[in-house]
Amino acid sequence: MSIEKRTVPGFKRSLLAAAVLAVSASAGAADGVKMGALATLEGAFTVLGEDGMRGVKMALAERDNKACGQEIELITGSSDASPDSAIRAARKLVEQDKVEILIGPLSGSEGLAVKDYAKTQPQVTFLNGTSAAQDTTLRDPADNFFRWTTDGAQWQAGLGTYAYDEKGYKTVVAIAEDYSFPYTQVMGFMLEFCEKGGKVTDKFWVPIGNKDYSTIVASIPDDIDAIYVALGGADAVNFLTQYEQAGGDKPLIGGSITVDQSVMGSKGRRKSYVVGTPSAGPIADAWDDPRWQAFVTTYQESYPDGLPSPSLFAHGYYVNTLAALTALEAVDCDLSDGQARYRAALSSLELETPTGMVTLDANRQAVADIFLTEVAEADDGSLYNKVVKVTPQVPQTMGMDPEAFLALGPVGRDNPECK
Amino acid sequence: MNPAQEGAQGKATGIGVYPGYAVLLILLLAYPWIASGFWTVQVGAYSLILGIISLSLMFLAGYGGVVSLAQLTIAGCAGYMLAIHGVNSAGLGLGWPWWAAIPIAIVIATLMATLIGLISVRTEGIYTIMITLAIAVAFFYFTRQNYTVFNGFTGFAGLEPPLLFGVNWRDAMPFYYLCLTVAVLCYSLVLYLGRSNFGIAMQAIRDNPRRMSTLGFSVNTHRVLAYTIAGFVAALGGVLSVWFNGRISPGSISTGPVIDILIIAVVGGLGRPIGPFLGALVFVLLENFAIDLIDRDRFNTVIGIAFLAMVLFSPDGLLGLWEKLKPRLVPRREGSAGT
Amino acid sequence: MKLFLLTLLNGLTLAALYFLVASGFTLVFGLMRNVNLAHGSLYLLGAYIGYDVADFSGSWFLGVAAGFVSMAAAGLLLQVLVFRHMEGQDLRQTLVTIGISIVLADLMLAIWGGTTYQFEPPEWLYGATPMPLVRAYPTYRLALLGTAVVIGIALWLFLNRTRIGMMIRAGVDDREMLSATGINVHLVFAITFAIGAGLAGFAGVVGGTALSIAPGEDVRYLLASLVVVIVGGMGSVAGAAIGALLIGLAEQFGLAYSPTYGVVYTFLIMVLVLAVRPQGIMGKRA
Repeated sequence: MSIEKRTVPGFKRSLLAAAVLAVSASAGAADGVKMGALATLEGAFTVLGEDGMRGVKMALAERDNKACGQEIELITGSSDASPDSAIRAARKLVEQDKVEILIGPLSGSEGLAVKDYAKTQPQVTFLNGTSAAQDTTLRDPADNFFRWTTDGAQWQAGLGTYAYDEKGYKTVVAIAEDYSFPYTQVMGFMLEFCEKGGKVTDKFWVPIGNKDYSTIVASIPDDIDAIYVALGGADAVNFLTQYEQAGGDKPLIGGSITVDQSVMGSKGRRKSYVVGTPSAGPIADAWDDPRWQAFVTTYQESYPDGLPSPSLFAHGYYVNTLAALTALEAVDCDLSDGQARYRAALSSLELETPTGMVTLDANRQAVADIFLTEVAEADDGSLYNKVVKVTPQVPQTMGMDPEAFLALGPVGRDNPECK
Repeated sequence: MNPAQEGAQGKATGIGVYPGYAVLLILLLAYPWIASGFWTVQVGAYSLILGIISLSLMFLAGYGGVVSLAQLTIAGCAGYMLAIHGVNSAGLGLGWPWWAAIPIAIVIATLMATLIGLISVRTEGIYTIMITLAIAVAFFYFTRQNYTVFNGFTGFAGLEPPLLFGVNWRDAMPFYYLCLTVAVLCYSLVLYLGRSNFGIAMQAIRDNPRRMSTLGFSVNTHRVLAYTIAGFVAALGGVLSVWFNGRISPGSISTGPVIDILIIAVVGGLGRPIGPFLGALVFVLLENFAIDLIDRDRFNTVIGIAFLAMVLFSPDGLLGLWEKLKPRLVPRREGSAGT
Repeated sequence: MKLFLLTLLNGLTLAALYFLVASGFTLVFGLMRNVNLAHGSLYLLGAYIGYDVADFSGSWFLGVAAGFVSMAAAGLLLQVLVFRHMEGQDLRQTLVTIGISIVLADLMLAIWGGTTYQFEPPEWLYGATPMPLVRAYPTYRLALLGTAVVIGIALWLFLNRTRIGMMIRAGVDDREMLSATGINVHLVFAITFAIGAGLAGFAGVVGGTALSIAPGEDVRYLLASLVVVIVGGMGSVAGAAIGALLIGLAEQFGLAYSPTYGVVYTFLIMVLVLAVRPQGIMGKRA
């Protein structure tokens, strides 16, 4: 009896070892291509990540989830918008699940981290999700990272010029959150605005997560024409409320994620305040082009509990997945030889998307159309983003000479300046 | 049974360490030969690293009765100092060679730990938790807001161990053995200190500071020294951690991860130095595979409930559970020295 | 000059909000030595529940009441079901509150999602009040300041002029003595926790109306309460007021004149106070 008892812990240990062995040795035997998708499915950005995933699935559904006649295995990874969690999830997808293609991540800082990780995993092809920090492809790009979506600066193409020429704003202040993506957005706006002769007299960098704009509101000078706000939609509503309560009345210029559904769903006084706000970004909800309308309809039919209209996250992930699949078909799913043929196909691909033609530049960065919008009131009283103009094929250098553009230096709190 | 009695029992059986631990050591050494690269690093090495950092918390809490939530901060400080003094992808590093950058990082972090100790030494119990949490949060905010030295929100990437003796120490097996060596060293250090005069004095101070100071022991000096030692251990863990991640950013040291270290130490058990490593293993396994087993969204709820369950039903963590179950599984040794 | 005055007002009104949140925390901490690290979660949960009630009923005031009542009930339950069984084990209680806060935060995220919620206060509270020197100032924030003053006075009266208040104060000074005098300590504890939690929920609705609610606000207000209570001294409502003033003003002036590091200043103040006077400004040595 006592001997049996004594061996129990040893037996348990070997059972555990066997289990560990079995799981670690398993590699999964599938014939089709293994694709990983990484989005923010935890934390406060879950809603955005979920929409991104919808984009991935839409692109897959168009091809019946197959590539070259074989089923594609899609494995999802989840992050919480922090670079560390993105790398952890990417590691699991690449090193444990052995994906051959990875699509993601969602946010700017995650993208920078994934790019660095991609360099250590040359056997996998990485495509972007919606991360829009400039340096992911502009500086020190990775040979196996392909970004089929445009960056935060490109997203603002046309806005600075419109604000100066059509709206007549000559002097503005900027309010944005204190990290890389808003820096990029502000730069995109300022490049055109300052070149036209506009002045950005002050920039208010709001600490991330801060909801109290009272001091910023108090610091906004009186002698300006408009306020450029590059906050997320919900924060923008917060700022607007506090600005209004303090008696502010200057018009706004919006960043790409500012004038979204939450701002347009405003009630009361805020609503009339927002009408006329210009903005720019990679999509425009109300664009009447048939390709876009078809995309919206498919989205709404496939996902009745999704958002009312696909967000730029669904769009971005869709475009990147579409690129991945199109290139796969072009090389007949030949991922041998370090995916050399596949990557060559990706680099030279000319992709037709619901928002126009997209190609890649030498850094594997997308060149695409950008939409300039303005908030208008529909007949039924609701607000929508009316398309003012489409700026075609905007490159990452925004029309500037590449050398000069690079010489501007990485975006930061004080770069660029035009007081 | 506390470490002192355990040590005595070890001596009584004529071996310095439980024979069970010898088996464990063999298993740990053999592990990378059985497991895949992912499992070796993402589970094995990562558990060891988290275990080292949590060990520093356990040392302060278990022996010293001081719960410091600043251990991850010190680990993060070591990581940041390594990034800043060495080479990093943002080009903001001083570019010192590894044999200068690593020691300086550990020294600075240990100094920071001593500083935290000096600030916190006059506080007790709950106040210590609060002040160390506040220091951790302040450091987080500072690294996030400062771009000239700490590169703000983006942090540093491209951090790798040096190429020594022709071995790339970031490859799965070498890295695992590196972490294992450091873990065993730290574990032995804590075990040794626990039985040394210093350790006994620490535990006595934990139990009754007034009596100890009456006896002539300087309570404050002992406590600050404990912070320093714990800081050294945490700094080692911090260096390994940035090599593991290849990066460091404010997100690595925000309130979430800070509390995670506490969770790991408590779940594992604060009574013995093996506890934090147990806790780390459970945590890492859950983190990696909960997403596959349960709805990925609710991972935090699962961890939170596991933590709650542990605190409510087994305050001594997994070790405490094991202690309760052991009499039913393993027969009592002859003449064991108490429980 | 105008910026200075506005910042001063902003600091005062923010201090009012911090006082409301922290007063509950310090009561619980002071009497039961329970560091309720789930206090921030109670703030947010009260805010969410208050939002749903206000949205459903159309009355903001009902939302405020709902915030208070629901969290008071939650606090009562927590004390009776959980903390009562671990009296004296300070670390264990703290750990339990951490676990509860993690689970609550995730569940709230599951139920209410990641979006930000804006309250709709009554019209007469919305908008700006004309004021000398600064031209106009948000009415709501002034009302917030007034509310905090009223609550502060009410709390003071409760603690100093009622029997239960006397028991609570005695308990803060010497817990063992209180039970030795034959008073039902468990009842006193339960009432205190209920009030403390209720105040958190109340502050959640009131503060959420000023600054909106979203995931992450729980951690923010927990940290703020921690700092306020440490600086002001545990168990002292007057200390909470002083601490809140210090921290609120420091935060706003930091944001206005030194926005990059403003967030760090509050914590530095706290570390300084603790290093010099570990029991806080108005605290008593244990």
